[in-house]
Amino acid sequence: MDITLNTIDKQFGQFKALDNIDLHIESGELIALLGPSGSGKTTLLRIIAGLEFADGGAVYFGGEDVVAIPLRKRQIGFVFQHYALFKHMTVRDNVSFGLRVRKGETRPDKAVIRRRADELLDLVQLSGLGDRYPHQLSGGQRQRVALARALAIEPKVLLLDEPFGALDAKVRKELRQWLRELHQKTGVTTLFVTHDQEEALELADRVVIMSGGKIAQVGSVDEVYERPASPLVFDFLGSTNRIPAKLQDDHLIVGGQQIARYNGNQTGNVTLYVRPGDLRVAGVSDPGLDVTVLNVQRTGPIVRVTVEIPPTGQRLSVEVPHLHHDVKQFVPQQTVRLRLMQFSVFAAEPDLINEGVLTPHLIGRERSRLAQ
Amino acid sequence: MSTTLSVKANHSAVTESAGMRQLLIAGALLFLLLFLLLPLISVFFEALRNGIGTYAEALTEPDALAAIKLTLIAAGISVPLNLVFGVAAAWAVAKFEFRGKTLLITLIDLPFSVSPVVAGLIYILMFGESGWAAGLIADTNIQIIFALPGIVLATIFVTFPFVARELIPLMQEQGTDDEQAALSLGANGWQTFWHVTLPNVRWGLLYGVLLCNARAMGEFGAVSVVSGHIRGETNTMPLHVEILYNEYNFAAAFAMASVLASLALLTLGLKSLLETRHGEALSQSHKH
Repeated sequence: MDITLNTIDKQFGQFKALDNIDLHIESGELIALLGPSGSGKTTLLRIIAGLEFADGGAVYFGGEDVVAIPLRKRQIGFVFQHYALFKHMTVRDNVSFGLRVRKGETRPDKAVIRRRADELLDLVQLSGLGDRYPHQLSGGQRQRVALARALAIEPKVLLLDEPFGALDAKVRKELRQWLRELHQKTGVTTLFVTHDQEEALELADRVVIMSGGKIAQVGSVDEVYERPASPLVFDFLGSTNRIPAKLQDDHLIVGGQQIARYNGNQTGNVTLYVRPGDLRVAGVSDPGLDVTVLNVQRTGPIVRVTVEIPPTGQRLSVEVPHLHHDVKQFVPQQTVRLRLMQFSVFAAEPDLINEGVLTPHLIGRERSRLAQ
Repeated sequence: MSTTLSVKANHSAVTESAGMRQLLIAGALLFLLLFLLLPLISVFFEALRNGIGTYAEALTEPDALAAIKLTLIAAGISVPLNLVFGVAAAWAVAKFEFRGKTLLITLIDLPFSVSPVVAGLIYILMFGESGWAAGLIADTNIQIIFALPGIVLATIFVTFPFVARELIPLMQEQGTDDEQAALSLGANGWQTFWHVTLPNVRWGLLYGVLLCNARAMGEFGAVSVVSGHIRGETNTMPLHVEILYNEYNFAAAFAMASVLASLALLTLGLKSLLETRHGEALSQSHKH
């Protein structure tokens, strides 16, 4: 079932939770709503579910306006961060709850309900645990029961609110993989809310990045990671180095040094955004940024290096895979020249709506491999 | 080196010296003994002073039996009613947002802050001969004051907060996720309440009912005002104790008092059983 959101607004007292949200989700997509807390992502999910009501705008499921349809008739599967399993019911009774509360003809026979519940428990790999109670299960198992319970009503849409938020890192990774496979098997349109960028990038087909009640960017995982539309998105999807720079004669200049060619038609002060993992040691004749190595820290598969730009004293972080040939070139107190493999350039320009406020504006980006 | 290691392993940073600890514990125990345990023992001691025969006689005498029966009837009506009111009030307060919620919570607490005598007087003022509501019932031949309805009304008033007060924090603590989950699965409001909300609070509810019942049976002040103290008719157990005592019939008074005290002990026992067995299912304030 495809979902369309049209100009959704939501206000909590003085706080504007959602501001004019438009979004279209194709049938069968797996979408992540990503954003910091207070960005409106959970509110948006709850409005789609019918747990919350928008002040304005419309929600369409497959062309049908569902705003007036109450939660219990909307046929959505909702999974809560803290599972919300019914404590006094067995796992099987939890899973079959949605079928057991049906009235009259629509309620299947007891035997059918039981079989269906056991099939769902097979699907979520909890076969044989039907007679247990929720408190006898681990967190990961409980969340899988919650998913089976949501799937029992054959939902048009599956909505998950920070589904792995209460689990430890290892279980979380396993469940992500598992949810991805489950989604491929069932094909139900799925939206999940998360504040973990890694989770969003790993799991979703498309990512909706939200900030301050607005959608900052929507796109495939590659799009949002490789081409962040704003410094905010850049910042949110992993760590970044922000370097004040100048743009002059087709060159980016940092502290008087021409560090990279940049074919833009603008001149002036800009901010350079480069990820720690996109910095490598440059060849002697290549353009690059001369820095002093401060310290080298090995953290498992990644080696983190802290360097300093000598004229300004600004510190940058560099990340190199531990077997990379660059690693041995980072020696504390030594000077190395860094090549910017990929970066974005943002210029500050006046915002037309809020006059006088400078908002960063993407004026271009470069990938050194393509440029060479 | 060895001297620094000789410090006891279980020595906690926040403890007092051994002497001080023993002094504090002894003080608390002595206080409990003097003010709680001794009076309780003396009730049973006085009741059985003239032998078990007198004790049994005092309890099986017609007026005593009538008092026991009346108390059971009054509690039997008011506790179930307060169970329903309490659940409804707690459900409204804990699960919904509405205007005047704070006022409702304050109102629920009113019976705790009003003196029971005043509570009884309210009903006299309403339904007494010159009361403003007396006209309403004048034609119906129903007697409220100095009769069972008055006693039940006064008991309901006094015991109203017990169930609601127990359930509100518990329900608030549990939040509305379970209910939302049930609704999203297609359950209607009644199914959600019956299959999800109620089972979640069942032990807390039992706890509230227990306290409510203990108070309903033991209430003196409010009931005393509306009852009229008619022997064998409108005397509840606590009122009967008072009458017997005023008549210098100490053995009978203490016999009846011992029944009330036993009831209190039974309630206390059940209460601690609930707390140890289902502590995690009760609201935060009762967890050990």
